[in-house]
Amino acid sequence: MSKREYWGTRVGAILAVTGSAVGLGNFLRFPGQAAKYGGGAFLIPYLVAFLVVGLPMAMAEWALGRWGGRRGHNSAPGIFRMLLGSRKGAYVGMIGTIMPLMIYMYYLFVEAWCLSYAWDYLTGHFGRLGADLAVIEDHFLTLVGARANGALFTPAAARMLLFLGLCFVANTFLIYRGITRGIEKFCNLAMPLLVVCALVVLGRVLTLPANPAHPEQSVVNGLGYMWNPTKPGETLWSALANPEIWLAATGQIFFSLSVGFGLILTYATYLKPNDDVALSSVTACAGNEFCEVVLGGMIAIPAAFVFLGPAVVQNPPGTFGLGFVTLPNVFNQMPLGSFFGFLFFFLLFLAAITSSLSMLQPSISLLEEGLKIGRRASVSILTFVTLAGCFFVVYFSKDFTALDTLDFWMANFFIFIFATIQSVVFAWVLGIGKGMEEIRRGAEIRLPRALPFVLKYVSPVYLLAIFALWAWKNLPERWQAIVTLPKEGPPVVLLSVVLIAAVVAFFSMIVAAANRAWDKEEPS
Amino acid sequence: MTPAGWIIMILACGGFIGLLVWCIHKVVATPEAAEHLHAQTDIDTGDRE
Repeated sequence: MSKREYWGTRVGAILAVTGSAVGLGNFLRFPGQAAKYGGGAFLIPYLVAFLVVGLPMAMAEWALGRWGGRRGHNSAPGIFRMLLGSRKGAYVGMIGTIMPLMIYMYYLFVEAWCLSYAWDYLTGHFGRLGADLAVIEDHFLTLVGARANGALFTPAAARMLLFLGLCFVANTFLIYRGITRGIEKFCNLAMPLLVVCALVVLGRVLTLPANPAHPEQSVVNGLGYMWNPTKPGETLWSALANPEIWLAATGQIFFSLSVGFGLILTYATYLKPNDDVALSSVTACAGNEFCEVVLGGMIAIPAAFVFLGPAVVQNPPGTFGLGFVTLPNVFNQMPLGSFFGFLFFFLLFLAAITSSLSMLQPSISLLEEGLKIGRRASVSILTFVTLAGCFFVVYFSKDFTALDTLDFWMANFFIFIFATIQSVVFAWVLGIGKGMEEIRRGAEIRLPRALPFVLKYVSPVYLLAIFALWAWKNLPERWQAIVTLPKEGPPVVLLSVVLIAAVVAFFSMIVAAANRAWDKEEPS
Repeated sequence: MTPAGWIIMILACGGFIGLLVWCIHKVVATPEAAEHLHAQTDIDTGDRE
């Protein structure tokens, strides 16, 4: 068996987890959600979710990962098999492997958009598009092939495939280099660079003069849209009485902190047996929140407000619209816009690649550990699987249907399921006593007295309540989308679900083989 | 921007910046735990019963 791999330094492990957490959601999704749900009012459920679910669950996931690593497991199936004391446990843990892998299949596509935008700003191409929203939207929809399925597989649109190929090669190369020489080394460089880029863009946004044509469109008023707790005609209580704000805030915390994805679990298995997890998990969460609330919360909405006015901010477009249509329009109106546009999309690219790297590691760990194959063979198998998945998403690019369907089931449905399972397993199967012992092992900070109570009762109940509310609101409509065949064109939603089923079947076979190997290693 | 907006922005941003600075200080100031040999009582067999 190959020698166990560990993180080179504690800072390296923290930066890798922070890099995994900091992604497009921090800079695009968070400001859009906050502006949509009442600005400052959104921060209240957001902070509650951070304190009762995000931070405690992150600590639990770090602790569970190191617990598994100490017992020779680097994969979620191996850890859950041991935790649940049954071969079936490995199939439960399989969710934590499949989820990031399938998210990777479409995340890479979006990563390529960021790289393409950064390149276009660097070469001055984007600046020539001018400040017409319709022109930029047209450019975006053409670039990503959103008008027709297969649109990117034409010579005229093949440029996007080149950027996608570059992203694919970069991710594969870094993941092949391994934990220390690949992921850790890259994150040690990329994360500080990302923060520097964001601070420069933030400095530019905060020093923007008010719009001369509309003096009320100033940065301070833009910040007001982002942070004022109430909107005209609304009270704080009426905003908080809307269950959707709680749902959106909790979803944002999950998506943002990478809790419940199986990523932290896998990364933490590469810690040494007595490495601290308490301080490391809080630091990674704090780094993510700094990027999200401080940097993300002060760039997109205030800048859009100054140049485009309250109409755009009052009805913020979706994540893609804000990032790839609205903000380019803002940069195109800004002095030195090409430079700041490049910095912004380059930082988005860095945020995306540090996240996408982490999405492959859980599968690599399972293949290496379960099939007893080397890194080269594991990466080759994964390259084949992810290429097929990426091809599916890129081919069925019309209206982002495939991307949206995979995102819904993987980054929304399964994340709630797996986070809830992790929460229950940590507090009730491993036991809160042993769980807390695990968090305290090597801890370099004192833990709050309320933490065991929060982990045992508050987090699981909160998660179950939010999941029930989310399922009641979303599942019927999504189910209808699967079973209702479109009048024309291929049934992309149904095909996307078939793709998920195929990946589940493929990984079930790998887990079955891994179970047989583990049976031999751990004879009863 | 209303006074309440200023307060929320300063508290949220200040809180997270303060938390991050404190964490970085702790990480940098605390030396990484050295690996050491364990006594028999430290050895965890992995049994949960």
